[in-house]
Parts: sequence; structure tokens; C-alpha cells
Amino acid sequence: MAKILMKGNEAIGAAAIKAGCRFFFGYPITPQNEIPEYMSREMAKAGGVFLQAESEVAAINMVYGAAGSGARVMTSSSSPGIALKQEGISYIAGAQLPCVIVNISRGGPGLGGIQPSQADYFQSTRGGGNGDYRLLVYAPSTLQEAVDLVMEAFEAADYYRNPVMVIGDGMIGQMMEPIEFKEPAKRELPSKDWATIGTNGTRKPNIINSLSLDAAELERMNIRLQEKYDIIEQNEVRYELYNMENAEVVIAAYGTTSRIVKNAIAALKEEGINVGLIRPITLWPFPMKAFDEIPATAKALLSVEMSMGQMIDDIKIASSGRWPVHFYGRCGGMIPTPNAVVEKVKEIIGGAK
Amino acid sequence: MAKAKGKVSFKEDLCKGCELCTTVCPVNIIEMDRKRINIKGYHPAAVKEMDKCIGCANCATICPDVVITVEREIEK
Amino acid sequence: MTVVFKRTEGLTEKPYHYCPGCTHGIIHRLVGEVLEELGVLGKSIGVAPVGCSVLAYDYFNCDMHEAAHGRAPAVATGVKRVLPDQVVFTYQGDGDLASIGTAEIVHAAHRGEKITTIFVNNAIYGMTGGQMAPTTLIGQKATTSPYGRDAAHAGMPLRISEMLATITGAVFVERVSVDTPANIRKTKKAIKKAFEVQIEGKGFGIVEVLSTCPTNWGLTPTEAIKWLQDNMIPYYPLGNFRTPEEVK
Repeated sequence: MAKILMKGNEAIGAAAIKAGCRFFFGYPITPQNEIPEYMSREMAKAGGVFLQAESEVAAINMVYGAAGSGARVMTSSSSPGIALKQEGISYIAGAQLPCVIVNISRGGPGLGGIQPSQADYFQSTRGGGNGDYRLLVYAPSTLQEAVDLVMEAFEAADYYRNPVMVIGDGMIGQMMEPIEFKEPAKRELPSKDWATIGTNGTRKPNIINSLSLDAAELERMNIRLQEKYDIIEQNEVRYELYNMENAEVVIAAYGTTSRIVKNAIAALKEEGINVGLIRPITLWPFPMKAFDEIPATAKALLSVEMSMGQMIDDIKIASSGRWPVHFYGRCGGMIPTPNAVVEKVKEIIGGAK
Repeated sequence: MAKAKGKVSFKEDLCKGCELCTTVCPVNIIEMDRKRINIKGYHPAAVKEMDKCIGCANCATICPDVVITVEREIEK
Repeated sequence: MTVVFKRTEGLTEKPYHYCPGCTHGIIHRLVGEVLEELGVLGKSIGVAPVGCSVLAYDYFNCDMHEAAHGRAPAVATGVKRVLPDQVVFTYQGDGDLASIGTAEIVHAAHRGEKITTIFVNNAIYGMTGGQMAPTTLIGQKATTSPYGRDAAHAGMPLRISEMLATITGAVFVERVSVDTPANIRKTKKAIKKAFEVQIEGKGFGIVEVLSTCPTNWGLTPTEAIKWLQDNMIPYYPLGNFRTPEEVK
């Protein structure tokens, strides 16, 4: 199949429809507006429903209702809008329903800015909403990866009965790259006999619910959720190792930042400095084991993020004190340059020597 | 003249003693049985003079706990 | 003798947890009776609120969906857009609908969402222990208006039916009361019409039901009925505010 040139936000919309998503509820917010706009043009043609909700809060609750009714359903937003959705996401996780949530993240906190950032790492991986729950979080670095992961997200969401998040930054949303739609690996999906579609008089009522007033029952529910998350941790970790052989410094970076880092790695290689990259593709579950593959030559780790340092916490957990962990980041919509990353690596090595 | 004859039965374990039924009976035959308490600890509503019941179902209509079943027969 | 009144199939067998004299019990029953009589129990999906009736999903004998506080109309929208042929309803109290959920109910009405909302107005927050609601009356004492609601501080009580009736998509808006058997029968008629409006695909319908909260009003159930008649009905007049011509 020939590749087509698409804008990231639109490619994400197209991928969702290709994956069988037939219901989209969203609200305008920069820099993801092309997603609801694309859906408003294309969903009905695919036999689906697009609805612009009155707020991000309403949109996630429409997703809750649609997911409970057995549909493949998606919402999208950007950082402050995702903050609004946290209550709904917690309910959907608690009720064990599938859905896909796309975050095209921007600078924060608060209203922040409209330019790209990666400052929602904590929001995505450390709850965001209340209670003990996890989201499977995919962080694409190219538009092709975004398309692949959005399609995968619907399969994973149905398989695990859990919300799945795909997080890109404003660059992923706005840039154009050639993409093609590939079928994701099919999972064996259980039937949705729990869905509230009407009893038809043939069965007892189904109840979609996250409330358990009985403490023992709520604990049991949480234990069941945790067992599910353990399985996701065992099976769904994705990461990329890049140029790890004889690396002196290993950088961890995800999303578009990882592409900037790869440029820096190429520049450093020309100067005879070998730097590797661990690129998490799932932010949760975080690729802890990838850090066991760091070569003996490595002297230090460096987290490069478009934030004040959020993924760095997981790097410290994963590396368990085996190497010093450094940080370089820009935020507010400022994009790190390959040159700045090069200088940071030299500073680390200079210090190590 | 046609006269309605009624009969009500109370699932007394559901009664919460709210007394609303006693306020709407047009023939005033519902009383709270102050000599007994039901399994919930309330004085249940009951009817002693069933022959006066006209089967209007006012009591069942206002009962919040679906305690009352009403039967009716029209005598000609 | 024929049975002229018995427990509807629209309710499950589970005994209510509501307080003695709580009118939720009556209103649940009316909804159950209407759904049974319309023959739509098997295609109904109800959305429960947060409030005393948070456990409504245990009482209605149809598929039920929880919702976060105030969000039931949005959840119901999600359900109805996926299942347009099913009968979707929300059941909400005054905290849920008139406070945190005002955006959701206004926009469901605004979109003409083909759902039915049963709005239980008892002028107070029940489940959380008697706080002031947007519908609490002037001078009425609640745990967060211990000196009585003061208009200058908290505004005048919110008349939801009048407000929603200004929205084109809200094709059926009626306020009723469950204070007497006669009014209860009128309430059932209004609920039936509201569901018929949905079934006929005409648009959004809401029935506002004036209700009592004996526990948090500090009154016996009988006294509470009187308080409703003396205080709520004068401020929240009963009647139909909108109806599609054909349904009248």
C-alpha cells in the first residue's frame, strides 16, 4: 500500500476509524483540534457518530456511557483538557471498560501554552485521577508509530477492559509525515456480555459500576484490578534500544524528543563519543528491564525531556542507583536542540573523567 | 348502586413505619400496630376492619416501600 | 377479587435502603411501572446519579449504568448515541442535576438528546447529610446554610423546569409532585408522556418531581408532605411547561 502524507492529528483520527472506532466525543483545544474536526467529517461516512461535547468533562462521560454500551470509542484532548477528564478516566478504569484517550500535550501547568511539551508524564503514569488504577500509555515518536499505536490501543483496551492512552506532543499532532495503515496483531477478544445494551428480557440486568460501599468488596475489586495490571506489565512493555554498544552515556527519551536525541547521538558519534538511547514506547508499563541491558561501558544516564523532569523518577527507579542520573530538559514549549543535548553529554563525560 | 369492595395485604417486613398510608385512606382503616415491631424495628401498618376497605389503592399509591397489594371487586 | 395494585416487574426484589417516608421509593416505582406498561423494560438502560439514589442501579429491573456526580446526562448521551433504539433515562437529584450537573443537563436538552430525565427535587442534599442545594428555599435551614438560605449570599432557589423550558430541544418539561395520591397519579402520567416523547423520537423530556426529605428536613414523613405543600409548591408551581403538540 502506498504511503500517504497526513497531518498527525488527522492520521490519528483516520487510524482510529480504521481500527473500528465508531464513536468519538471531544471538545476543541489547541493543539489537537484537527482530531475532532477530522472525526466530524469522517465518522458519519464510516457509519459512526461524532459529537462535540459541551466540555472535556462531558466528553469523557459520554465515552463512559458508550464504552459501557459495548462500543469502540475514543476521545482526545490536550493537557488541561486531560486534567478535566481525570474523574471520568478513574471511573472508566474502576468500571473496567475499554476506551482510547489521546493526549496531544502542551505546556503547563494551568492554562500553560499551546506549544509542545512532555509535562504530562506524571499525569499519565501516576494516576491523574483518584484511586489505584493504571492506564496503558503509548508514546509514539513518529506519525507512523502514532498510527500503529492508536490501532493497537483499541485492541489492547478491549483485551484488558481498560482505558488506554496514546500521548503525543504538539509536534506529533501538527506535523505531516508519510504513513500507512497496517493491521495490528489481532488479540483474542472476549465477548462484551457485560455491556448495558438492554436485557431483552433474556437475562438479569447488567450494571456498569465502580462503586463498592463494602470495604472488603472494594479491596477485592482493587486486587483484581492489580492482577490485571500485573499481566499488562508482563506482556505489554515496549521500548527501543538504539546505539547501545559500548555506550559511555545512555540517554532515556521518548516521543519527538527521542528523535532530537538521535540527531545528537549521530553528532557525538562523529566526535568519537558513543551514546546510547533507551526509548520507552510504553510509558506505563515503564521498560524497567531495558535498564538491565545497559552495557558495562556506561558511566551515567541522562534523561532528556520536554519538562522539568518527570520520567527521570522512573529512570531512577529502573536504574536502582547503579549509575548517576542526570537531566536535561526544556519546557513551556521550548524544544531542546541536538546541540544542547551534545553539550550536556560532554558536560557529563567531562565530569565523569 | 355499585359498591367497591376491597382487600389489602401488607408485606409487613418491608414497612418502615412512615405512616403515610394512614393519612390517605378515605375510610380511615389503616393503623400503625403499636403493639408490635417488625424485623426492621418499626411499627408496621395494618388493617383490622378489612370489610370497610373500598380498594381505592390510595395507600399503595403513596407507600414508598411497595408494602401493599390491593384487590378489588365491584358489587352490583 | 382482582388484583388492582401489585409490585411492578419494573423493580427488582431488593428492598430499598431509603429512609422511612422518602419519596424516592414512590418515584422509582412509578418509573418501573411506566417502563413495564410501555413494554420497554428489556430495551431500557438507566443511568444512576450520585446522591441518595446512587444505588438506583439495584432497584430498576433493567440494565443500569453508574455516573459521576452530575454527569448522568452525558453518560446517557453516550449510551443513546450507541444504542439509538433503546430507551435511555437518567434519574437525578437536585444536587446532581441542579448543581454540579447543570452543564450536562442544559446541553442534553440543548442537543435535544432523545433521553428522559427524572429529576427528584427535595430542596436539599440528602445523601451527604442535609447541605444546602441550589433548590433550597429562602430561609430554609440546611447544614451549610445553618441560619437559613439568604438570597443576597447564595441567590434565589433555582427553577430548573422554567429554565430548561426555554431550550428548544427540551420538548417535554413538566413539574409534578408526589404529595398526594392524586398528584402521584399525575406524576405517573407525566413520566409516561416523557418516555413516550423519547420512544417517538421527538427529543428531550424531563419530569421534575417535588419530593420530601423527612430526615434532613427534620420532620416526620407526614409533616414533610405538609411542608412540601405549604412551601415548595408555591415557589415551584406544578404544571406542564412544554409538550410537543402531538403528545398533549
